[in-house]
Amino acid sequence: MATTFHDALSRLRKTRVWKSIFRRGPALTNRTRSLAVFGNLFLHFLPVKVREKSLRVRATYYLGSISFLLFVILSITGVLLMFYYHPAVPQAYRDMKDLRFVVSNGVFLRNLHRLAAQLMVLAVFMHLFHVFYRGGYKPPHEFNWVVGVILLLVTLFLSYTGYLLPWDQLAFWAITVGTNIISAMPVLGKYVRFQLLGGNLVGENALLRFYVLHCVVLPLAAVLFIAVHFWRVQKDGGLTAKGEDGRKED
Amino acid sequence: MDEKKTSHETGFSSHARKNPQRIVFITRKTSAKVKGEIPGQVMAYPHLLLREAIAFQVLVIAIVLLALVWDAPLEQLANPLVTPNPAKAPWYFLGLQELLHYFAPLVAGILIPTLVVIALVVIPYFNINVEGEPMWSSNAARHLRLLLAVSAALEIFLGLFRAWTVFVPTAVIDALAIYSYFVPPTASGFGRYVRNRAVSWWVMTWFICVAVVLTVVGTFFRGPGWTWVWPWRGHAG
Repeated sequence: MATTFHDALSRLRKTRVWKSIFRRGPALTNRTRSLAVFGNLFLHFLPVKVREKSLRVRATYYLGSISFLLFVILSITGVLLMFYYHPAVPQAYRDMKDLRFVVSNGVFLRNLHRLAAQLMVLAVFMHLFHVFYRGGYKPPHEFNWVVGVILLLVTLFLSYTGYLLPWDQLAFWAITVGTNIISAMPVLGKYVRFQLLGGNLVGENALLRFYVLHCVVLPLAAVLFIAVHFWRVQKDGGLTAKGEDGRKED
Repeated sequence: MDEKKTSHETGFSSHARKNPQRIVFITRKTSAKVKGEIPGQVMAYPHLLLREAIAFQVLVIAIVLLALVWDAPLEQLANPLVTPNPAKAPWYFLGLQELLHYFAPLVAGILIPTLVVIALVVIPYFNINVEGEPMWSSNAARHLRLLLAVSAALEIFLGLFRAWTVFVPTAVIDALAIYSYFVPPTASGFGRYVRNRAVSWWVMTWFICVAVVLTVVGTFFRGPGWTWVWPWRGHAG
């Protein structure tokens, strides 16, 4: 069965339809393997070649990949959750109850999203610290480090805006505590808080604004900066390898 | 390329016999150089993509298993009239909330996070971080005096505000840094490791230790009125 499936796949790869979609035939030579990467919109963010050293688990612990993959999982589960959610008071909370008691696998879906969200914050922090200890911020990677810090902030805001959406006591008071801090900002504090909440208190307007930020604005920002981040890894010459560029081996 | 541009230009006259001009002019060191194969490289397709695919599958399996046994919390409907005690922010902001317990909102809520973000952004733009020389490799005695002065000032400040959850991890890292000064150059293992750390390493390690301690304390050890509680005795939010 394995050989026949393999044969079928390799025959499929030689067909006109396959070539029309992927712009190439089977990737058996280094030339076609290069084409597979830079001839593909999604893969062209990646380098064509990578250092064997940087593929080792200890080089990265795949923390960047894991952060990105969690973002993918969050996007998929997030869209599914949006099908069952109304950003309104108190319907938002009723939707949470519906997820638990009415929607098939609703609890599982919400668990996945919540869990991936917590793990993504953790993964992004660990990625940042690991890159620091590897010296990954050093030239020519300076600006990509800055993009990384921006992505950390986007991740935190994504998580924070999502925190309000269930509209339970936990959500309401966490956002109240957090946004009260903003009013301590000199001069602009009260104004920024008012703009963020759409009022002086966490209410229906705040829920709508957080919903739009969480589902539209911040994911778009994340996608944009992730694209820049990946692309710059490639343009800046791949991952930093220890012992290169005159740096000392530990 | 740029400075040699003129030597490659052929002019605009197309009458080759009337205006015999040089067609191409190859000067030394301007020919395109083919970079030789860099050793130790592999094709991203399939080597990198395969690993990414495996990482994705392992991650999905792990998350699915966790999602089956762990339930996302859901409390009562939001009620502005009933304040839970304590009202806690999400876990990644509990370090800040713990700081708010000690310092004014302007300092703990605005100034410190802003400074942390700025500090993170400027890391790669300071040569001291880029070179990463071990703290004791040159001017060791002067660096030790500086370290003692800065850490003493910091600890006195933290002590005055009774910010013990910042004070303790700071003291631990301080002790470790001072210890690393007295490690003999012939030492091996952990002693050798800490002896050869750069200033940036010490600052970041101190920051991470403080952040972790504050977050753990804020999450598990704070109860009603932000008083200290032991998580195994209940109360923990």
